[in-house]
Amino acid sequence: MKTLSRWLLKESIIIPLISVFVGLLIGAIIMLFGGYNPVEAYQALFKKAFGNIYGIGETIRTITPLIFTGLAVAFAFRTGLFNIGAEGQFIMGSLAAAYVGIMLDLPAIIHMPLAVIVGGVVGGLWGGIAGYLKASRGVHEVITTIMLNWIALYLSNYLIREYLIEKGQQKSVTLAESSWLSFAFLTDMFNNARIHFGILIALLCAVVFYVILQKMKQGYELRSVGLNPHAAEYAGINVKGNIVKAMVVSGMFAGLGGAVEVLGVTHNVIILPAFQGYGFDGIAVALLGGNTAFGSIVGAFLFGFLSFGATGMKLGAGVPFEIINIVIALVIYFVASRLIFKRLLNALNVNKQEEQ
Amino acid sequence: MNKENIAVEMRGITKRFPGIVANDSISFKVKQGEIHALLGENGAGKSTLMNVLFGLYQPEEGDILINGEVVKITNPNMANELGIGMVHQHFMLVEPFTVVQNIILGIEPRSGLIIDQSKAIKKINEISEQYGLDIDPHATIKDISVGMQQRVEILKTLYRGADILIFDEPSAVLTPQEIVELMKIFRNLIKEGKTIILITHKLKEIMEVSDNVTIIRRGKVIDSVSVETTNPDELAAKMVGRKVSFSVEKEPAQVKEKILNVNKVSAENSRGVLALNELSLDIHAGEILGIAGVDGNGQSELIEVLTGLRKVSSGEITLHGSKLQTLNPRQISEQKVGHIPEDRHKRGLILDFSVSENMVLKNYYQPRFNKNGFLKFDEIDQYSIDLIEQFDVRTPSHKTPARALSGGNQQKAIIAREVDSDPDLLIAGQPTRGLDVGAIEFIHKKLIEQRDKGKAVLLISLELDELLNVSDRIAVIYEGEIVGIVDPKETDEKELGLMMSGGKINQRGKEQ
Repeated sequence: MKTLSRWLLKESIIIPLISVFVGLLIGAIIMLFGGYNPVEAYQALFKKAFGNIYGIGETIRTITPLIFTGLAVAFAFRTGLFNIGAEGQFIMGSLAAAYVGIMLDLPAIIHMPLAVIVGGVVGGLWGGIAGYLKASRGVHEVITTIMLNWIALYLSNYLIREYLIEKGQQKSVTLAESSWLSFAFLTDMFNNARIHFGILIALLCAVVFYVILQKMKQGYELRSVGLNPHAAEYAGINVKGNIVKAMVVSGMFAGLGGAVEVLGVTHNVIILPAFQGYGFDGIAVALLGGNTAFGSIVGAFLFGFLSFGATGMKLGAGVPFEIINIVIALVIYFVASRLIFKRLLNALNVNKQEEQ
Repeated sequence: MNKENIAVEMRGITKRFPGIVANDSISFKVKQGEIHALLGENGAGKSTLMNVLFGLYQPEEGDILINGEVVKITNPNMANELGIGMVHQHFMLVEPFTVVQNIILGIEPRSGLIIDQSKAIKKINEISEQYGLDIDPHATIKDISVGMQQRVEILKTLYRGADILIFDEPSAVLTPQEIVELMKIFRNLIKEGKTIILITHKLKEIMEVSDNVTIIRRGKVIDSVSVETTNPDELAAKMVGRKVSFSVEKEPAQVKEKILNVNKVSAENSRGVLALNELSLDIHAGEILGIAGVDGNGQSELIEVLTGLRKVSSGEITLHGSKLQTLNPRQISEQKVGHIPEDRHKRGLILDFSVSENMVLKNYYQPRFNKNGFLKFDEIDQYSIDLIEQFDVRTPSHKTPARALSGGNQQKAIIAREVDSDPDLLIAGQPTRGLDVGAIEFIHKKLIEQRDKGKAVLLISLELDELLNVSDRIAVIYEGEIVGIVDPKETDEKELGLMMSGGKINQRGKEQ
């Protein structure tokens, strides 16, 4: 019990908790101003997300792609790179997985893993382009990844229209069932929620993230390059090679996310009128999670829970989506500016010491 | 007691940081118009104390008196109003701005909405003349030397009307000539009635300019003495807590075979300008070759070409008779070349890595620490703990980030790593820069130990004392060339200084 309370009082735990709380609190004030009942709204939020087995399944479904893109952004960040391109890598991953799912006819035991892997590889290559341009030409990855997002969007739309389109529709034909990550028994178990086994792959990716960075020689090199490229060069580490590798791994996480979303939820790819935002949400998720593997899971959980539960606030308490988005933004804002709370906490501690 | 002439008094100042007491009930007095030195090792608490005085930190206990009045200084602006100015070790200047723009930053004289620089320039020129600072107000900061930048910092404080000036390790970044100039400026300031608090660990400077000195060790005042009644040995002993030997004791060198040959090597610096101009030199086993020179004459580039960090544009480097200039840094390190980098923060350490992770920066990939792509952290930790003990690196634990260590201990960690790799050639770039007497003594001992083991040592330093004491031969570098090699026993600072500034008489004539 004592260790639990100590763990909860740890700075790395308590500060995000306070941040979330303050975010919700200010969100409540805004709702009051708007003439809505915040208690009712938050109740509806929780009820929607966790109130029944269907809600839980759908919440997990919402969280899954965010874990992937969160890991992608966090991994790049830990190696000193700012990957704004998770969105494009996600799209390329979906497209590649859809292609494998539609074009090949294989037994499920091969088809599904192959589709997942191809999605990850293509996402990785897409990220690798930005890495290569940075390493060989010094082009900043923020610029290239943003441009690659647009290229991915229109390339994907073009390829779907040319090769995968279902006649008369704005989407591809449905993937062969042998490539699906969703299974009837699971869907039934969660009362028809679109939960799928992608969540397990996401959690596995978080483990891979941790193992590569913290346990492996490769991760030591990646972190060295990220934290101090001059010292890494001095130590004989290939700085340029590691920049490319870092972007490949980062893109791979996002690409897997795209693949899993297609194979588990949509079972087709659509002609996108605009970005879906998974990659951009990934930036927020990574930020919320302090760019760690575990943090990305927690960040994705918070983000996914709020955005899925938001529909509950609309239905249950009549709060319009605009206000719900403000609440979500506030929570993220306060978690992101946790330094404020850290300072506050430190000041409180000093006062306490002085009193003693 | 005569209150009037005490400019600053600190009474029982205590400042705690998580885990340590940086200042433990420190009391001392600075008389008006004197130069008062604060002497102490790195991490002794001098800078913390001055940051308290300047309002950057709030003490938990104690009082500050300025001109006999108790004051509470909660931020640097208040310190400014009380006439306290601080020249930081790392300058707080906006590089693309001019001297004037930097000086008026925050207190711009205005006429309407427009900044009126002419008024400021007039005032700056007056102050500059009064104190002999000799500075061009229109120069851009990034184009002027470090010594000049420091004068801008001094001007900044004077412009704001400071009467009490705090200098934090002002000579750490200066060349010997610039230090002489700085001492002159100090004397001018005192002549005009200013009071100076000088934070330093350089005994020579204290003996030269200060009136009184307060020695701080581990957050406590050890003693306050008048400089006239003391001597460097006594001060050093008080600072470190034990007797320190200044003269480096060493046997005559047992010079053996040639290890490294540099033959007419040229290389460009990062801006594409020729930095090494057909430079040649040899280093033998069992000797320490010192490289003397004014900063920026090709020392950094020399180190970089020798360690594979910079490409050679012409010439040849051979180690043990085989070509070196085509190898990359790792291959060179595997050829038994150790390298203590000039800038320990930029190259030597990954500050956010633990001490442990830093200890294996050069050999983490070897089978000893790496199995099938996984690092053997138990092995790495054990290895680090051994090195930490062997080289007396003071750190709370091997898991502590390198950033948290004092400069001296960071340097010891680098030296532990490089010396333990048992290099045939050890390249040491300014290994004692910014360190205190105790750490310097330790590092000199280690360098000589390497030499006595029959290894070759290349020592690049800006400190002439160090070169004269430690080296067996001194090569003087000027504009990317070796202009002469001298025996430290047969030369002195004067001769070296002459060679460093252009060497032969006719060359000096050409310069003018």
